Amino acid sequence: MQSGPVTAPARVSFIRRLRQGDQIAYLLTFAFAGLVVLVTAWLAWELFANSALPRDKFGLPFVWTQAWDPVQGDFGALGFVYGTIVTSVLALVLAVPLGIAVSVFLSELAPPKVSEAMALLVDLLAAVPSVIYGLIGIYVLVPLVRDPIAPALQATVGRLPGIGRLFSGPVYGVGYLTAGLILAIMVVPFIVSVSREVLMAVPREQREAALALGSTQWESTWNVVLPYARVGITGGVFLALGRALGETMAVTMVIGNRPELSGSLLAPGYSMAAVIANEFTEATTDLHLQALIEIGLVLFLLTMVVNALAQVMILLTTSRATSH
Amino acid sequence: MRGFTRVRRRVVNVVMLGLTAVATGLTIAVLFFILGYLAWKGGSSINLAFFTELPRPVGEAGGGMGNAILGSAKMLGIAACVGVPVGLLAGIYLSEFASTPAAFAVRYATDLLNGVPSIVIGIFAYTILVLPMKHFSALSGGVALGIIMIPIAVRSTEGYLRAVPGSLREASLALGATRASTIARVVVPAASRGIVTALMLNLARVAGETAPLLFTALNSQFWSPGVTQPTASLPVMIFNYAISPYEDWHRQAWAAGLVLLALVLVANLGARAVLGSRARTT
Repeated sequence: MQSGPVTAPARVSFIRRLRQGDQIAYLLTFAFAGLVVLVTAWLAWELFANSALPRDKFGLPFVWTQAWDPVQGDFGALGFVYGTIVTSVLALVLAVPLGIAVSVFLSELAPPKVSEAMALLVDLLAAVPSVIYGLIGIYVLVPLVRDPIAPALQATVGRLPGIGRLFSGPVYGVGYLTAGLILAIMVVPFIVSVSREVLMAVPREQREAALALGSTQWESTWNVVLPYARVGITGGVFLALGRALGETMAVTMVIGNRPELSGSLLAPGYSMAAVIANEFTEATTDLHLQALIEIGLVLFLLTMVVNALAQVMILLTTSRATSH
Repeated sequence: MRGFTRVRRRVVNVVMLGLTAVATGLTIAVLFFILGYLAWKGGSSINLAFFTELPRPVGEAGGGMGNAILGSAKMLGIAACVGVPVGLLAGIYLSEFASTPAAFAVRYATDLLNGVPSIVIGIFAYTILVLPMKHFSALSGGVALGIIMIPIAVRSTEGYLRAVPGSLREASLALGATRASTIARVVVPAASRGIVTALMLNLARVAGETAPLLFTALNSQFWSPGVTQPTASLPVMIFNYAISPYEDWHRQAWAAGLVLLALVLVANLGARAVLGSRARTT
């Protein structure tokens, strides 16, 4: 058996081993890439499987029922869903104009080097841990809201019919407004980082055409550049919304943690992420724990939809900008 | 009338453009305010004891957060063991091997995972590790942080590998190297600076995560040997001390906040210095 030439098979097996090396590299990286998909699916499954008790007991109305009584075992998430949505929307109302203004300044006015440096500083705001925003929130923002901000709002917009109701009632300092303010600061960097890139991708000819027709620089920005970048900016806004919805620590520390619905922005409230953070280790019954996990599931689905919308919109504009 | 319109248009131009500058100034001022305020409130409480000693009970002055700093380091180590290999290898797959449908699935899952709020990742770590092990542990906290690292690790690795010119790969293949050794000896080393820096940034990012640790690692006032016990971490310590009613603890919270922020900002600025203007964290 060993009488034949030894070198030939050895060379073949050497080449085969090399080919197997390729196979091994492929399979190894494929396995880890598959792992990412697996973990994501597993996460969704764990949330689903571990919220079976409240899903069976309360069904879908869990999401829009207002009840939270761990002693009686009666649970509904409306108070938290409401708080999450109110604070996030409020954050966007404040952060969107601010973020767009910053990105306009960085893309249209500032010289490239200044723009780079300032964009870096704005990006650093996104790197500040949320617990530090919470710390600043408790000891700086809450007293500020209690004293000059809330009374000033009540004395001005609070007197208007209709909209005035948003600022009625006693002032605690903690509440939806404070949470919305801190969230606004936290999401501005996300809006800026997307909007700045989208604005910079707007073809130069668009601006030149507007200026050549006699527009001022602001008119060219407002009537031509911003509309051109609209879809992409909206994508950035949705990205920011996704962040705001899931933000936990800063909100937990300033929202007041009271599971009630209130029409006033100055009233203390609660959010989905905050109730999970506060009650998870204190839940004594399986039903209570699983109700919290179901809130996590609702939060997961909500952010999934919002982020998907953001991705689609950003893709739409970037592909349009490159095709031009 | 026409003169009036022209003046009005000029005024609107100047006012609106001025407002965008004001907005930018305000936003950047917030960053410096946070930095300055933390330095002012926390600076005086930082001394050697802060880094080496255990927290003291309420009423006793002094003490430190040595256990929380060690706990954070331990959990970041575990997080790196989870996030780095998965991120690297999945990133290599996306950049070097992927066929279209498989790559779509992986990218979709990565984006989805990236959007999941960190507290929900905490719930996941709780159900897969804390429940079966029946107690809170540094391991579960570290795994939660590691999972949070994965999406950005994958996408940044993929990005830096894609930036390696195709001619480099072709040159290596033309010299008779296999694809595996081309990747290991040519492509990855060429992109290594970017990949390593992105991983450091990623670690700095999860170092500040609090929500997923609240019910995985929990907290502790003592040293926690091993990885199977409840473990203190800097962010959770800041949270607990900040919402406590004690003046002493508030001071410690500010000091811990300053240490954490300094760590995160130094990592960010260092990374950008290494990478130049190409760096993007978001």
